[in-house]
Formats: sequence, C-alpha cells, structure tokens
Amino acid sequence: LALYFHSGEREEKCIIEDVPSDTLVIGNYKVQRWDIHIQDFLESAPGLGMFVTVTAPSAEVLLSKLYGPQGTFSFTSYLSGEHIICLQSNSTRFVTFAGSNLRIHLDIRVGEHFLDESVLQAKDKVNEVKIRLEHLIEKVHHISKEQDYEREREEKFRKTSEETNSNILWWAIAQTLILISIGFWQIKSLRDFFISKKLV
Amino acid sequence: MPLRGSWAAGPWGRLRPLLLLSLAACAARASEITFELPDNAKQCFYEEIAQGTKCTLEFQVITGGHYDVDCRLEDPDGLVLYKEMKKQYDSFTFTASRNGTYKFCFSNEFSTFTHKTVYFDFQVGEDPPLFPSENRVTALTQMESACVSIHEALKSVIDYQTHFRLREAQGRSRAEDLNTRVAYWSIGEAIILLVVSIGQVFLLKSFFSDKRTTTTRVGS
Repeated sequence: LALYFHSGEREEKCIIEDVPSDTLVIGNYKVQRWDIHIQDFLESAPGLGMFVTVTAPSAEVLLSKLYGPQGTFSFTSYLSGEHIICLQSNSTRFVTFAGSNLRIHLDIRVGEHFLDESVLQAKDKVNEVKIRLEHLIEKVHHISKEQDYEREREEKFRKTSEETNSNILWWAIAQTLILISIGFWQIKSLRDFFISKKLV
Repeated sequence: MPLRGSWAAGPWGRLRPLLLLSLAACAARASEITFELPDNAKQCFYEEIAQGTKCTLEFQVITGGHYDVDCRLEDPDGLVLYKEMKKQYDSFTFTASRNGTYKFCFSNEFSTFTHKTVYFDFQVGEDPPLFPSENRVTALTQMESACVSIHEALKSVIDYQTHFRLREAQGRSRAEDLNTRVAYWSIGEAIILLVVSIGQVFLLKSFFSDKRTTTTRVGS
C-alpha cells in the first residue's frame, strides 16, 4: 500500500473506475489520523473507520459498508461503465484545524486473477508453465472483454456525433426558413401599415 | 509501462508479499487512479520510493474544459523534478536519486468553474522476471520463453488498450459537449431571431403611430 493522499476528517474522496461488466474490482486501503501530540500520523487509529460506497453507472449503490482503519473491499460490476468508489471516514470530530488530517493509502486492482497459492508452490516444471499459461489465458479474456466494452462505447460516441451532425443540419434549415418567412412577414406587415396610414 | 490492475506486480509479488520483502527493492508497483478534480482545487499524491528505482508518471485529462491540468512532481527535498502548466497528457520517467517520499500534485486552480477528470498511472520499479533466475540450472525452456514473450506482448496490448480507452473517453466527452452546445445555441438563436424581427416591426409601427399630428406633413 504505497500510494497515499491526504483528506479532511469528514471529506469524501472518490475515484472513478471505468470497467466492463462482470469484472472483479478489489480495493485495499489504510487510513491514518494526524495526532497533534506527536505531530505525525498515528500508525493505527483505533475506532477510526471508513465508509466505502460503490455506485454503479445506473446510479445503483453496489456496496455501502463501514470498514475499520485498514481493510479490503471488492465488488463485481454488473453493468459496463463508470463505477464510483467513495471513501469517507466515520469520524464525528469537527475539523480541528484547517487542512487535511487523514492519510489514506489506496490500492485498486481491476480484473484480479487469483492463482491458487498452493499450486504456485508446485516444484514440477510442467505445472509451473501450466499455471503461467492459465494466467495468460485469463489475461487474454480480460483484454477481450475490454475490447467488447470499447466497441459499445465507440458506438455511443458515433451516435452522439451523428446526432450533433443532424442537429446542426436541421437547425440550420429551420433558421433559414424562419429568416425568410419573417423577412416576408416584415415587409408585408410594414407595407400594409404604411398603406393604412396613407403614407405611400 | 503503465499497466492495469494486478499485472504490474506479477503473480509473485501480489500473492507472497511477506516472503518477497527481500525483493522489495525491485518490486514493481503500479497505481492508476481516475479521479475528479474540482475547480480551484489541488490534489496531491505521495509515494515512498527507494533510491535507484526507475519510476514513470503518466497522466491524462479525460473530461472538462480545455482538457488540461497543471502537474508537478517533487522529490523528498522539495526539488521540483517535473513541472508543467496546462498540459493535456504527458509521460515522465525518472530514477529516484534518494530514498524518501515523492510527491506529485495536480492542480486545477486556474479554472473557475470546470472540474476535470484526471487519470494518472504511477509505475514504480521494473516488473520482476516471470521465471526468476535464482535457482536456475538451465536456460529457459522453449515453453518458458514462449510464456515470457506472450506475457510481454500482452503487457503491451493492455498498455495500448488503456491509452485507447482514455483517448476514446476524451473524444466522447468532447462530442457530447459539442452536441449540447449546438442544441442550446441553435434554440437560443432561433428564439432571438423571432423576438428581434417581430420586435423590429412593432417598434417601427410605434414610431409612426405617435406622430398623428405630423402625418400630413410626412405625406406631402
């Protein structure tokens, strides 16, 4: 758990994961709290927990749980799309001083493929290569899933572009028609008006 | 080389972290995070790196405004290793000159109301070899060599896939922005057109309506 960032006591930090469907996402985190007395982050802060909320692209909440100061959470995506993982501490303290006072270590892994540990211990060369091959096959499956998801997104992109194109076309035609008809109406209306006022 | 998920550490490093503490110096880690950076905000990330480790920071702005962000990378002494303003995407490789906590920050402070979605990938160290050569008596067999080359090729595929995914997300974001803007502008323009032209006629009419006494003078 090497990468970390700072956060306020009651602040919610969110990260976005764009994943295809049926993908397992695993997150590891560790949170440390600033201690004024030792002027450093405490190694472990008892009683400090983190609310982990995972929102699916359909705005449905997949996971909403309170974990301890250190924990692992995971979820499997049902839909393809942007899943939002939010972390918020359950601290009830008011902000003691300005600035961030929580250190959150975070590690998110997408498409984790577990290899059986005991099998990894295999001394047999053939087994080792077999396990590696299985791992590679899983990797290829993941790539293939991502490709399918990419195809979906590209289709959505293309639809948006085509919609923009037709929007521009129809609105341009509509505006030209409005312009011409308003022009005629203006002239006609003014001519009638001047005639009625006996000015022409 | 930026990688997604667990493959950066390889199957070894991930499953036996305690046993491989001795290899910590050359253990590879890759963290990739996509987060939203609100306007006028700055977000910093820290990582402890051992001396001599080759690291790569790569970032890209996916949505928001002009798709640019300020990025800054500092070493434990506060020396700025990399600083770029308003960059859309970039990749920076460096070798850690000393042990300590390295810090990199993304800033959106120049923007008043657009928030940006930023993706970054911070790769620390090289990947451990697939078939470690510690207890090796013979060279790699053909099967193992094949595995190694497939592994490298797949890493490369995943790398390209990630880049393509980000580019596509950025393109799509631009297209959706464009679509919204075209729709609103067209409606607005049509309304303005109608209002102005009808208003013109009534305004002109009103000029002539008030001057009843001077009608004959204007006529002759």
